[in-house]
Amino acid sequence: MFDTLSNRLDGIVKRLRGKGRLTEADVDEVMKEIRAALLEADVNVTVVRSVCNRIREHAIGATRSQALDPGQQVVKSVHDELVRILGGETLKIQYAPKPPTVILMAGLQGSGKTTATGKLALWFKSQGRNPLLVGADLQRPAAVEQLRTLGRQVDVPVYSDPEDPVLTAFQGVEEAKRLGRDVVIVDTAGRLSIDTEMMEQVRLISGAVAPTYTFLVIDAMTGQDAVQTAEAFHQTLQISGVILSKLDGDARGGAALSVKEVIGRPIAFASTGEKLDAFEQFHPDRMAGRILGMGDMLTLIEQAEKAFEKDQAERAAEKLMEGEFTLDDFLEQMQALKKMGSLGSLMGMIPGMPKELKNAKISDDDLKPIEAIIHSMTAEERARPQLINGSRRARIAKGSGRDPGEVTRLVKQFGEMQKMMKKMGMGAKKGKRGGFGLPGMPGLPGMPGGMKGMPDMAELEQLMGGAKPPK
Amino acid sequence: MEFFWIFLILAVLVTVFGIGVVIAGRRRAGSVEAPPAARPLPTAPTTERTKPSVGAPVIDTPAVAVDEPPVPPKPASLRDRLAKARSAFSGAFSGVLGRGSITDETWDELEEALLRADVGLGVTDALLGELKERVRSKEITEPSDLLDALQAEMASRLEGSDRSLRFDASLPAGQPNVWMFVGVNGVGKTTTIGKVAQQQISDGRTVLLAAGDTFRAAAAEQLGTWAERSGAEFVRGAEGGDPSSVIFDGVERAAARELDLVLADTAGRLHTKTNLMEELRKVRRVAEKGAGTVTETLLVIDATTGQNGLTQAREFREATDVTGVVLTKLDGSAKGGIVFAIETELGIPVKLVGVGEQIGDLIAFDPREFVAALFDRA
Repeated sequence: MFDTLSNRLDGIVKRLRGKGRLTEADVDEVMKEIRAALLEADVNVTVVRSVCNRIREHAIGATRSQALDPGQQVVKSVHDELVRILGGETLKIQYAPKPPTVILMAGLQGSGKTTATGKLALWFKSQGRNPLLVGADLQRPAAVEQLRTLGRQVDVPVYSDPEDPVLTAFQGVEEAKRLGRDVVIVDTAGRLSIDTEMMEQVRLISGAVAPTYTFLVIDAMTGQDAVQTAEAFHQTLQISGVILSKLDGDARGGAALSVKEVIGRPIAFASTGEKLDAFEQFHPDRMAGRILGMGDMLTLIEQAEKAFEKDQAERAAEKLMEGEFTLDDFLEQMQALKKMGSLGSLMGMIPGMPKELKNAKISDDDLKPIEAIIHSMTAEERARPQLINGSRRARIAKGSGRDPGEVTRLVKQFGEMQKMMKKMGMGAKKGKRGGFGLPGMPGLPGMPGGMKGMPDMAELEQLMGGAKPPK
Repeated sequence: MEFFWIFLILAVLVTVFGIGVVIAGRRRAGSVEAPPAARPLPTAPTTERTKPSVGAPVIDTPAVAVDEPPVPPKPASLRDRLAKARSAFSGAFSGVLGRGSITDETWDELEEALLRADVGLGVTDALLGELKERVRSKEITEPSDLLDALQAEMASRLEGSDRSLRFDASLPAGQPNVWMFVGVNGVGKTTTIGKVAQQQISDGRTVLLAAGDTFRAAAAEQLGTWAERSGAEFVRGAEGGDPSSVIFDGVERAAARELDLVLADTAGRLHTKTNLMEELRKVRRVAEKGAGTVTETLLVIDATTGQNGLTQAREFREATDVTGVVLTKLDGSAKGGIVFAIETELGIPVKLVGVGEQIGDLIAFDPREFVAALFDRA
């Protein structure tokens, strides 16, 4: 399996640690690693070359400076470079002064246009708009049927005419005016950039609807060809932004970075799951973190804000650190976490999580026995598990349909967790930062490899801050 | 799974989120909200250069498209079909051949050409490493010989695999062969099935298509259209239904009618989704529960796929015992070089290549032609 870029960079930092200064040979070696990692992430060859040249200059600069930790400096310059290439700002949709705002969707076959069209409609709805979908993909069998189904799911009307794609698109916009819909999203057939007839067709569609925005849908798993395809579409259609689809896999999405660099248009949206609301505006700094394998904290925190009550989350974390966390609190938090996604995927998104924890495959099924047991306890028992004696245990086991031994184990291990968290809480207090914090969690007992990678408060803030420090 | 780990993981998550939410809140409170953008944003720009028809009356434009004749199905030969796009090495030729000898730049150019074709760093290093040896030992001295040697080396790496589609003709009537099609979303599984059905039927086999993609909206309709076009029988279930039972029903129906072959479609899924991969395992099991025998499990991979393709192949093989690869969309500008890694590292042979949207546009994979197309001097 390929190492992620971050693993590689970690390795570099380790090797360079303790070296007072970098030699040119060190830099060469580092650059080789960075280049390989970028290529494995599918960053375009040409882009890799220019990126590496710039990083190299920084690195050489670092060899001359008296910097304390040259390795860290190199990593930072890689991150900065990626953020710069991806572009700093999130694209902000500006609606046409005279509605409807017309969106044209284009891309290769199978890039996810139709699904993205449905998702985009839902997104516009969430922005208080009234979209109309237009099915101008008359090429693929049942493509319009698929769009109609999506339209029903997001409760948005769909217009299509089996006669001709260009005519459909044109009439779709007229239909929107008639119905008073203020956004029109035109789905088009997938086409190869070298198929001149089909490219001419999409150019005609574009001419007929005069789109406010033309989005190119690109699969996050695309390799080197992404750039060629994007260039060809841009030449024909004047792309205003890219929608990156299937970003929920493990592809590192280096193609995205390359496209931004080559056609100079931002990535506007990213599609991150099978569900229709798994679609969000694209944040360049977060993508840089992903390509580097640093997780995507900010997205997580946003999800957390949706799932948790703010005060409740804060209180829970504090209680945990003070060892006053009860089984009841635990149950409540577990429910909130489940709203955010599977525990496995949440772990994966936290930067610096040790591999052992990341790879511990917990499914939501593993939680069921825990829930069942806790649910079978009385409120008193949940607050003070030490009350649980033989007969109570038997009752709980019976109520939850689990083994009495399991009940004992659960209570015991919950206690161990409490102790551990408390210990860490104390450590954090000593560090004093905003009342409580997450320390480096040094050397947790019984934890293979320790949790050395956990971000501390400062790192977390930095990760979340990205390019914009608070004013 | 020990409770302890779950507790700990949950605790860590709660802590991280607790802190995160606080920081986020603080940050938001502290930072001044940016004023609503007065900054002009890119509305779809219209350049005269590339869009001469923008100013023309829109009513006219549809007529132009209507007049366009439908694309007639062309006889498929890999090299013919690939000639449209620039070949992988077209950029490298002038540089490599323009020099009198083999220099560092030569190697850089070759490496870049291979990487551009998505061959990947591992395979590229291996290929060039071998050639560098031969250049060092003066076995190769001319740039043009080097190109030939590279081409031969690439072809030889793909040789010796059995690329025929496995059909067990010895199975008695009422026990159909089952070919399963798996892959990530949007690679062209359903379209590929339509083409395979057509070819198998014209080879004289009786075929049933089973619409195991119950997830994507209208996937069954899409497959149904292909069944109609090719004259195959067709079984589908309810949208959102259990894919295993659709495949099972398909196999049963084929068995009852003594059909030769069931082509089982499955929903596209990312190989990282454990539950969906688990579902696929189940589909594979259930397909053999009745009278059917799975004789071929084809992983469909899109030629535009980058280095992630190797991971895809690994994960799908792990879940479903993949027996072959179908490389689709090779008629575009993408080169599909990832199949080198898939074949050489995982030993899964590429069996078919998709080169267009017409029903006849699926051809047997020929490694020599595939490699030769990379080297075409268009």
